[in-house]
Amino acid sequence: MTPEDETETKRRQKARNLVLGGTLIFFVVLFYLITIARLGSQ
Amino acid sequence: MARSLFDREPKQYDLMETLLTPTAKSQAMPTDWRDFFTLTKPRVMTLVIFTGICGLLAAPGSIHPVLGFTAILAIAMGAGGSAALNHWWEVDLDKGMKRTANRPLPSGRMRREDARDFGVFLSVTSVGLMGVAIGWLAAASLAVAIVYYAVIYTMWLKPRTPQNIVIGGGSGAFPPFIGWVAVTGEITLMPVLLFAIIFMWTPPHFWALALFMKSDYAKVGIPMMPVVAGERSTRIQILVYTVLLAPVAIAPWAIGATSWVYGSVAVVLSLLFLALAMPVGTRTRADEDMMTEEKTLFKYSIYYLFILFGALVADRVLEKSGLISAGMLA
Repeated sequence: MTPEDETETKRRQKARNLVLGGTLIFFVVLFYLITIARLGSQ
Repeated sequence: MARSLFDREPKQYDLMETLLTPTAKSQAMPTDWRDFFTLTKPRVMTLVIFTGICGLLAAPGSIHPVLGFTAILAIAMGAGGSAALNHWWEVDLDKGMKRTANRPLPSGRMRREDARDFGVFLSVTSVGLMGVAIGWLAAASLAVAIVYYAVIYTMWLKPRTPQNIVIGGGSGAFPPFIGWVAVTGEITLMPVLLFAIIFMWTPPHFWALALFMKSDYAKVGIPMMPVVAGERSTRIQILVYTVLLAPVAIAPWAIGATSWVYGSVAVVLSLLFLALAMPVGTRTRADEDMMTEEKTLFKYSIYYLFILFGALVADRVLEKSGLISAGMLA
């Protein structure tokens, strides 16, 4: 693997980690809001 | 003495470099997250999300905004998951077509198993999310839509019959149906009509595209109607389905479920659709044909669906605000 490939690999890993982390946080917040909404409607 | 893993012979190292073709190298790297996003067919999803929102907003009753958003998110995730499974299954076909050759799998930017796993994960999660947050009838409808597209259409019908688009069109017809069911929690005539509108709309929409993309489909052996039955038959069937679409599109007004606002838009749009389908249905391709009529019909069909469903929502909003009187069944 060339140094350019290594840099690209690290960039992709970092971007994927950020997207995955953001998605997980999004779903945590969403499930909290769903719970509030469903409790409110009962 | 045992040799360390790092003590490679220079010759072996060169061989490794030779074996690492650009495709192999790109597969050795982690896939860019944007390629996963591409797998979900974002452009197709725009229409799925739009019609899903329209079904949700046009349905009688109300839904909490968070739950409404969740329902649309689940529909989008389900559509994305089944699209990823479609990419996984059709990688060899995609390699052969100009339009699809640069997708993440045929271009070698992603491993095939990753696309499959991503598709399965999204599909299962979307159904679970819909069931837990909204209801299990909407979740079951979503599961049927996913299986319909990924299995019945992609794996079974598409490679076998020129009627693939007609029957497979059902998968694209589910979003407004699911959106409606998410609000009402029951299956009535109106969501079935919304389903029927997209079901009837799909053949003229897709066959118009297939007419000017015919050579691509022929090359990879997909039995699209123009390839198998010929252009003449395809053109006649475009016309037939456009004629059948008109009464289905007008039906929500005719049965009293919407007001004249939707009714007049449906009548005008359907007449224009017929006017554009007529030359496509009756003409014969000439040498060096630019296929202008077919391209126009294809573009119009997209606007048709957006405006028709937009009118459905506008009708409901105007009725709720008291500006127009409600349809008899509204």
